[in-house]
Amino acid sequence: MITGFVARSFDRGAVAFLVVLAALAVLVPALNLLLPPSSPFHVPTYLVSLFGKYVCYALLALSIDLIWGYCGILSLGHGAFFALGGYAMGMYLMRQIGARGVYANPILPDFMVFLNWPALPPYWYGFQHFPYAALMVLLVPGVLAFVFGWFAFRSRVTGVYLSIITQALTYALMLGFFRNNFGFGGNNGLTDFKDILGFNVQAPGTRAALFTISVVALMLGFVICRAIVASKFGKVLIAIRDAEARTRFLGYRVESYKLFVFTLSACMAGVAGALYVPQVGIINPSEFAPANSIEAVIWVAVGGRGTLTGAAIGAVLVNYAKTYFTSGALAPYWLFALGGLFVFVTLVLPRGIVGTLRHWQSERRARTPARAAAPEPVVAAPRPAE
Amino acid sequence: MEEKETRSLLYLDGITVSFDGFRALNKLSLTIEPGEMRAIIGPNGAGKTTMMDVVTGKTRPDDGDAVFDGAHDLTSLDETEIAVLGIGRKFQKPTVFESHTVEDNLRLALKSDRRARATLWWRESAAEAARIDEILKTIRLPSVRDRLAGSLSHGQKQWLEIGMLLAQEPKLLLVDEPVAGMTDAETRQTAELLREINRDRTVVVVEHDMTFVRDLGVRVTVLHEGSVIAEGSIDQVSANERVIEVYLGR
Repeated sequence: MITGFVARSFDRGAVAFLVVLAALAVLVPALNLLLPPSSPFHVPTYLVSLFGKYVCYALLALSIDLIWGYCGILSLGHGAFFALGGYAMGMYLMRQIGARGVYANPILPDFMVFLNWPALPPYWYGFQHFPYAALMVLLVPGVLAFVFGWFAFRSRVTGVYLSIITQALTYALMLGFFRNNFGFGGNNGLTDFKDILGFNVQAPGTRAALFTISVVALMLGFVICRAIVASKFGKVLIAIRDAEARTRFLGYRVESYKLFVFTLSACMAGVAGALYVPQVGIINPSEFAPANSIEAVIWVAVGGRGTLTGAAIGAVLVNYAKTYFTSGALAPYWLFALGGLFVFVTLVLPRGIVGTLRHWQSERRARTPARAAAPEPVVAAPRPAE
Repeated sequence: MEEKETRSLLYLDGITVSFDGFRALNKLSLTIEPGEMRAIIGPNGAGKTTMMDVVTGKTRPDDGDAVFDGAHDLTSLDETEIAVLGIGRKFQKPTVFESHTVEDNLRLALKSDRRARATLWWRESAAEAARIDEILKTIRLPSVRDRLAGSLSHGQKQWLEIGMLLAQEPKLLLVDEPVAGMTDAETRQTAELLREINRDRTVVVVEHDMTFVRDLGVRVTVLHEGSVIAEGSIDQVSANERVIEVYLGR
């Protein structure tokens, strides 16, 4: 049943995407670890971590595309779920430092010693165990999204209003996490990590492994999303996106559908955040900044809303551009470039990169009558952001 | 609410709906018998669409009873529950799922388990595929089954929506202005289609087009300012003085 379920949801583009990812998962670590630094094909360790970061962003973009591209839920606060997953992982990494911290306290992280806290707060209990932390990576964003979604979708909050509330959610969390007495390291956040599962987080081997795990997570996220959007459930999602009231009159309980994808999407964002933190070595409240969430939405718009592959490609392209811009003389102009990019995409490429390619493809097929006979479903391009 | 002794499929009694003091429906009472086809006419603002909103759960009445199939109090249910009970609705403006194919539109409408879990693991059965073929034939659209619904003509969209209603297998179909914007030929075909549907289902048609209503040849209810002012055959109501007054003005 599961194999059939997965098999029918893959077209050529999806398979190609997975093959490229699988190749990357093997090649990048191999070129990093097996080749000497003098080789022209050697991939330096800093690049492995940089690519790993992009892959985590791609997973975040995928989670946004699932709800925005297919169900019309524009979350401008998805960075919150990403950051919460990141904090859960950060807490585990903090507990692994143990007595190697500046204050050499075997239990308390440095910032707690600095604040003269006598003991570990109860919500930090259990985070020294990896399985518990991993569970929290899924559970914390998932439960928050479930509770938030339960209220929002039942009250039929949609469109711009929903976007504003999600924005408020991430902003409120940011303010909370900035406070020292919140217990997550205040504005410094969590950093100075040493080990993950006993491996040094700085070591090239660990970095390569983290990269591979991130790519595998992205592949897994893609397979899940793909299977969902290709099922009848996915058709209902698109129906909700295009005509919510009509879907209700057909007898579908719209809020259950929205709640399910929203929660799943938040869990995916949480995983992305958890993989991001050990690779960048820090998590702090600025990850909750509303601007981050908006940027993630731009990645999806650039790559192509409602295409899944496009979201991942958009995330990588925009972040590559960001790295390129912000590391040179053009650094002060990055925000202008980003803003310009969004305007350009909205005006010229409303379907995004992948969406436009697919549109051309389906138009060409429509013009070739012989091929048009094959009843391959045309992937519906969503209307540009309303 | 006390149990109403009624064999009617739809029983509306004393329904009142006000929007900011404006009475869209004013003590509206109406019964529809099983198997009946009824046309509802009335000038703009007579409350036809509001009546449909009440029956389908979109609007809660301020007062009055709405009972479906003798047992279900429609005023306490929401749109989804009412749809599952067996009331289908076609909107005034054709609303099909434009980025789905014609076939998928029907597939979504087909009577089946509507819960999220069921749709996630759903596989099409042979019976379902056959039913879709059958409906496509009934609504005269088999040739465009793989086209996106958004690319259909206005009249085809109206038919697709009627097809979606059929696929739901409702006990009662509410059809709001099915021939608005149709050519004469399409209008005639639509009347024929509705009569065909009426062979096994109860149908309520709201319409402006008097020729179309005459074509249908069914019992007519005339609404004005939120209440029923006349009921009977089309000839009876067109001879009614009050109706003439309302339609032609004083």
